[in-house]
Amino acid sequence: MNRYAVEMSGIVKRFGETAAADRVDFAAGAGEVHALLGENGAGKSTIMSVLAGIYRADGGDIRVNGQPARIRSPKDAQALGIGMVHQNFRLVPTLTALDNMVLGEKRELWRGKRWRSGKREEIEAICRQYGLPFPIDIPVGRLSVGERQRVEIVKLLYKGADILLLDEPTSVLTPGEAESLIGTLAELKKSGKTILMTTHKLKEVMQAADRISVMRKGRVVAARRREETSAGELAELMVGRMPEGADAPEPAEPGGIVLAVEGMTVQADHGGAALRGIRFAVREGEIVGVAGVAGNGQRELAEALTGLREWSGGSMTYRGERMERASIRSRIDKGIAHVPEDRMGAGLAGSLGLVDNLLLKSYRTDDRFRFGLYRKRLTERWADELARSFDVRTPGLSAPVRQLSGGNQQKLLLAREIDRRPKLLIAVHPAQGLDVGAAAFVHRKLLELRDEAAGVLLISEDLDEVLQLSDRILVLYNGAIIGEARRGEADRERIGRMMAGLAEAGKEAAG
Amino acid sequence: MTGRETTAKSAGRAKPRGFPASRKPGYEIRYDPMGKAVWWLPPASIAAALLACAALIAMNGMNPLVVYMKMARGAFGSAFGISETLVKAIPLLLCGLGVAVAYRIKVWNIGAEGQLIAGAIAATAATVYLPGLPGPLYIPVMTAAGIAAGAVWGLLTALPRAYFNVNELITSLMLNYVALLLLDYLVFGPWRDPNGFNFPGTPVFAPEQQLMTFQGTRLHYGLLYALAAAAILWFALSKTRWGYEMKLLGSNPLAARQGGIGFKRHVTLVMIVSGGLAGLAGMSEVSGVAHRLMYGLSPGYGYTAIIVAWLAKLNPWAMIPTSVFVGGLIVGGYSVQSLGLPSSLSSMLQGAILICLIAGDTVGKLRIRRKGE
Repeated sequence: MNRYAVEMSGIVKRFGETAAADRVDFAAGAGEVHALLGENGAGKSTIMSVLAGIYRADGGDIRVNGQPARIRSPKDAQALGIGMVHQNFRLVPTLTALDNMVLGEKRELWRGKRWRSGKREEIEAICRQYGLPFPIDIPVGRLSVGERQRVEIVKLLYKGADILLLDEPTSVLTPGEAESLIGTLAELKKSGKTILMTTHKLKEVMQAADRISVMRKGRVVAARRREETSAGELAELMVGRMPEGADAPEPAEPGGIVLAVEGMTVQADHGGAALRGIRFAVREGEIVGVAGVAGNGQRELAEALTGLREWSGGSMTYRGERMERASIRSRIDKGIAHVPEDRMGAGLAGSLGLVDNLLLKSYRTDDRFRFGLYRKRLTERWADELARSFDVRTPGLSAPVRQLSGGNQQKLLLAREIDRRPKLLIAVHPAQGLDVGAAAFVHRKLLELRDEAAGVLLISEDLDEVLQLSDRILVLYNGAIIGEARRGEADRERIGRMMAGLAEAGKEAAG
Repeated sequence: MTGRETTAKSAGRAKPRGFPASRKPGYEIRYDPMGKAVWWLPPASIAAALLACAALIAMNGMNPLVVYMKMARGAFGSAFGISETLVKAIPLLLCGLGVAVAYRIKVWNIGAEGQLIAGAIAATAATVYLPGLPGPLYIPVMTAAGIAAGAVWGLLTALPRAYFNVNELITSLMLNYVALLLLDYLVFGPWRDPNGFNFPGTPVFAPEQQLMTFQGTRLHYGLLYALAAAAILWFALSKTRWGYEMKLLGSNPLAARQGGIGFKRHVTLVMIVSGGLAGLAGMSEVSGVAHRLMYGLSPGYGYTAIIVAWLAKLNPWAMIPTSVFVGGLIVGGYSVQSLGLPSSLSSMLQGAILICLIAGDTVGKLRIRRKGE
């Protein structure tokens, strides 16, 4: 048997101008449980998807079982014995587990009783062998999440996979289910399967993995055997060290409270609780950073504050006024600005030009439309000046903004939000995917806004960004604020541990 | 087949396939989702459709060029042909403007046919239930009734869509049949002309209930309605706050929501406008062309209008020529019957044009590039 089941060298994958994987070198030994650890956006899932044939790498080589491999589609991956369990399962909810597994098989035309019972036996044998029980004959949609995951794993085994890729396998599971999954991994390993899993939870890594590769910003920064490392070291590797010489901004003098949130409870899209009764405040002239790994309630927090998502409980007091039920429009009018997470998906209208995009938050004012009629000259002059002052480089005022670079798009978005002198800015990953210059520009603008006595809530997965800018840091984990630190007392390692769900001394992180 | 055999096969499949074969460098076709649509796509689609249908005509033993010439001459070759073409263009333009408004924010209203019929019924109802109205009031009242009924028919689609997320494709399509059957019931039943020798239609309208016609032709003043509607719609879409909101919703509904532009409100509004325009078309058909409500009032103007709208890329001005073009196609279709070809040739051409147009939107995003570039 080869020493390595999978070797990847120099893998590059670009999305637009950002490299999600930047010359990744990585190897997983045959018959081991290998964890890819990293924050969201570190490139873990990208690497997995390249292996599974979902993305094609822009460069680099892959060897599977020692042989050079060309993986251009999931079919190629399957032929090489590679299978992936996605974070969001790829099962047909109305079909039974059995039907899901035989879906796409093209060899038998006639699927009679004997054929079915043959398949059934085959699948049940796999279930027994690896201790993966689930009801085989009821629609998958009625199974629990843990059972569905087992269906996915058995599906891969049934299709002959020897290398199993699990993308954030525990993120959807209850603690009990996660325990049993870890048992399953050990069982699979025993029979010679290689398992690659991505995760950002340190506890599980230390329990389940033989070896750990830590990724940060598209690169593998370290690979360790479990025995050689500790949760503390991994946390530090995962979040990185503060670069030397980063200028720490002068702390501002916080004023009165702009935003006070009590008992905020919000549901996620899938119906579960995304935020569980959190409480915090933002003052004038203060940047409050919310650190945490994506999927712990950040998006819901921003959406609920801006009125895009309904509150199921709690109160929001903005400048002395109760606002949790206010409309999006009235929040905009009262000075709440928002830099959303997904700038092209939710922030800008890509097929429209710069002017139309800048207008979004101010088109109801008389300066832009008088008696409902567009004031073209005035508006175009305003847009031109605004774009200039934010250094947005564009081929023309009406060029579709999706043709702009990411940095210019973000500047445009910031220009729109800041132009109205907001009292509260909610910025989600404002520098995500930007080059150093553009990121610095964005950060400078946030600090300027703070110095003008606005409150800023900075929600970001980039711990460097949060540490560098924030006057106060909250750590969000699993829908709850599990830690808080002021500037200066914020210790990167401690916050990194809290982000990964390791309990704060004395406080137990839920779930 | 037993389970064991399958396992053996899957194991065989799991073996690595080996080294990748090197490929010759050359050109490949790539899909570029950002690709800009080219302006000549609609005319090219029409040309492609004409070409495809030419093959079918040739298979019928006819010379396609002769047939197309005959169609063109029938539709545009005489004063009568032109006026007939314009008569067809009026409801096509009104319905086309209506569906285009909805399509601009990706609300797929395919119920213009039903909305047209609802408008026609309401306009007729004004003649049936208000017999004593002073003469000059009839046309304004019928116009208002037609628009209102079309709008209500549109609302029946809009409200479920806005508040219960019911797919508008299905409701708007189904409501077409409801309107059509209601029309049939009325003209075969309570509203049938007692002196009409069992003809399924209402009595012919009084002269003051009819739209005036241009001298000596069947072309009626509904043309002015249609042109005015195009102008107003163009103005509203490009110069007003509402137009801006529509533009944003059409480009990115999520971004629009960030700005507090509510989709529910706009679906409702858009379907009122959309239905109202189709309702106006219905009014102008009963009052300007048929002069009565009758069985088979619309030969599918509400559906054909979808082609008019897409050919014009949803642009109100561009819909004036495209509605005339498609109107000419219908009239030209009648004239080829004398050659022994069925008039459904025109429906075939319409269908082919729509297919080529829609395919063109995708094909237009394919780019030929050197490999590895």
